[in-house]
Amino acid sequence: MLEEFWFALVGVLWVGFFVLEGFDFGVAALLPVVGRNDETDRRAVLGTIGPVWDANEVWLLTAGGAMFAAFPEWYASLFSGMYLALFLVLFSLIIRGVSLEYRGKATTAAGRAWCDRGIVIGGALPALLFGVAFANMVRGLKMTPDHTVTTGFLGLLNPFGLLGGVTTLLLCTLHGAVFLTLKTSGEVRDRARRVTRSLAPPTVAAFAVLAIWTVVLRGGIAVAAVSAVGLVALVFAVLSWFAERDGWAFTGTAGAIALLVTSWFVALYPYVLPALGTPENSLTVSDAASGHYTLTVMTCVAVLFTPVVLGYQAWSYWVFRRRLVGSDEAG
Amino acid sequence: MSHDTIARWQFAITTVYHFLFVPLTIGLSLLVAGMQTAWNRTGSVEWLRLTRFWGKLMLINFAMGVVTGIVQEFQFGMNWSDYSRFVGDVFGAPLAMEALIAFFLESTFLGLWIFGWDRLPKRVHLATIWLASLGTVISAYFILAANSWMQHPVGYRINPRTGHAQLTSIWKVLTNPTQMVTFPHVLMASLLTGGAVVVGLSCWHLRRGHQVELHRRAVHLGLVVCAVASVGVMLSGHFQGQVMTRQQPMKMASAEALWDTEDGAGLSLFAYGDVSHGDNKIDIKIPHLMAFMATNSFSGKVQGVNDLQAAEVARYGPGDYTPVMGVTFWNFRIMMGLGAVYFGLSLLGLARMRGGHLPGGRFLLLAFMWAAALPYAANTAGWIFTEMGRQPWVVFGLLRTSSAVSPGVSTAAVIATLAGFTVIYGALATVALRLFLRHGRHEIPALSPNVTISGEPRVGVALPSLAY
Repeated sequence: MLEEFWFALVGVLWVGFFVLEGFDFGVAALLPVVGRNDETDRRAVLGTIGPVWDANEVWLLTAGGAMFAAFPEWYASLFSGMYLALFLVLFSLIIRGVSLEYRGKATTAAGRAWCDRGIVIGGALPALLFGVAFANMVRGLKMTPDHTVTTGFLGLLNPFGLLGGVTTLLLCTLHGAVFLTLKTSGEVRDRARRVTRSLAPPTVAAFAVLAIWTVVLRGGIAVAAVSAVGLVALVFAVLSWFAERDGWAFTGTAGAIALLVTSWFVALYPYVLPALGTPENSLTVSDAASGHYTLTVMTCVAVLFTPVVLGYQAWSYWVFRRRLVGSDEAG
Repeated sequence: MSHDTIARWQFAITTVYHFLFVPLTIGLSLLVAGMQTAWNRTGSVEWLRLTRFWGKLMLINFAMGVVTGIVQEFQFGMNWSDYSRFVGDVFGAPLAMEALIAFFLESTFLGLWIFGWDRLPKRVHLATIWLASLGTVISAYFILAANSWMQHPVGYRINPRTGHAQLTSIWKVLTNPTQMVTFPHVLMASLLTGGAVVVGLSCWHLRRGHQVELHRRAVHLGLVVCAVASVGVMLSGHFQGQVMTRQQPMKMASAEALWDTEDGAGLSLFAYGDVSHGDNKIDIKIPHLMAFMATNSFSGKVQGVNDLQAAEVARYGPGDYTPVMGVTFWNFRIMMGLGAVYFGLSLLGLARMRGGHLPGGRFLLLAFMWAAALPYAANTAGWIFTEMGRQPWVVFGLLRTSSAVSPGVSTAAVIATLAGFTVIYGALATVALRLFLRHGRHEIPALSPNVTISGEPRVGVALPSLAY
């Protein structure tokens, strides 16, 4: 029971990561498009995520830490198994963090240009790679009986994995565009709206194909139901775009991302890491879990601190709730 | 080089590099919080100018600590998956707590601090920097508790089914005797690092006669912090040595190149010897001092390497249980020596500053400038000593480092990522240091009139002044 609770909690942490970092990745990837070549516009674009991106990234660290504590075998097999992919993720996150923090402190235009490149790469590459990694986790990896992964880096680049990557890249970028629409006004917002319009059709298509393929691959009525609701949320976001209801559109893309990630975890259960080709080598939730005592301790900590964290994180969004403006209105 | 040697080099490079930024993050964020509190209390606008100047430098350093910290959390699983399997049930808990309790706190409130100057009431804004600093301190607590468990495992049992360590008492892990002396030592070392950097850069300005009143104020604050922190470092280090003598006698013996067990052992100042024979050719000692440091008695017995090696073979089976003696011996001396030097320097500076003077003439100011490097060298030496001194164990007495690596990761992959991390870390070190110095050399600006810090939110302003 406690093991299932922690499996669900790890899922929730990854949902939080994808929903929050999703728009950070999207905003970063869209910097040259929505920010054009104008410094004031670019600052407005980056200002939307400036105060919050670092705290959003902590969802990744917490998800990783929770996997380590609650499912050491999962953490160990998955992270060593996706070694080079994870290295690329870390590499791009390092570039992104430094570029975001140093852009405002760069003293030359060339320095800012380098930071802009780092921001775009550091936004787009993780958005793609996390999708590849999660799709492969759902699809399964080749494993020995002691859960050592033998699928190499190139083995991750199969059609299903790549579709997963393209879907998360599109979805995060769309989410970022909708977030920019919500957080800016004037010309910057108009540009974000145009980007949203052109991204919506391919995102809906990729989402739908990935959902159907996941159902075919891992089956289950629950996966189909969650994915269907996710698709509805995405369509709702598009309809809200037409109605210019920015808040509802953002709720829609956030919901779609949350439900996509949820569908992965639903598809995984009762496994945490299915073995490709040798089902008997698969790692189950209970095989991977820590002992009862550790899970109890961690549950107490989570119950005590999660509401506090959610509280002050929500407060920080409230403090920075105002829309930002670009060159046309800032003057 | 074998697979586990390359993996160890990677861990050493990424961790030592990470720890170049961490102590300054902790120390400087506390100092900046102190400066801002001084502004709040006294209303002196000079404190506010110092807060903003040092706050910007703190953020340049902070960013590097954050991005290199992500690697720390993931490389256990990537390079050390058998370690992660063995310790996860125990070791994972403090790491997860660190993320949930500390990382969220520091990142959220740092964001609020950076962007909240004109949006938060003055006192709430002050609270944000203290909460962010508190986050860095809590983070240090949890990660050091995890490391202390590797030095001295407590509160666990070995699960007979899996053969892995299993947590039986989180309280024992969080109040491990090793942790109780390690945490204050690292916290004090961080304050010393923060203080020394403030002193160093401010002395660069003083040497050039820039804004003397302002920089003198910063130097004074820095020197007071350094003097107090270096006493704290030495005291906590003393108790750490005693705990280590009980828990890891081999580490203590190798720190002293003490080959044979001795009553009233002396503290070695310089030794040169033959590791394969297990003796020293040259050994200059202060009589009885090591016995006192290790046992609080000038005639206390300190065990030697040769005897401990024999005892460990009898206990754990055949093998080499001696750390690399040259590494432990010299890093121990670098750490202690440089800490003592900074203690002396800070007292000298404070004495010179009495009566409104500068901390020194041209030569001494130059010395303070370069002395900012001393805590960095001492911090690095301290970690290399404590980690290398534990070898061949990764978890003392339970798991050998050679059995901890990822079995599924190829040596080529480890070499590739080692190269990748080294290249990007090298490049970023250059960028960060240049940026730090460029902003550090700037004149501390007078408060610009368009920055209102009244607590009244300004309307229609797109961007705050400190970033982006």
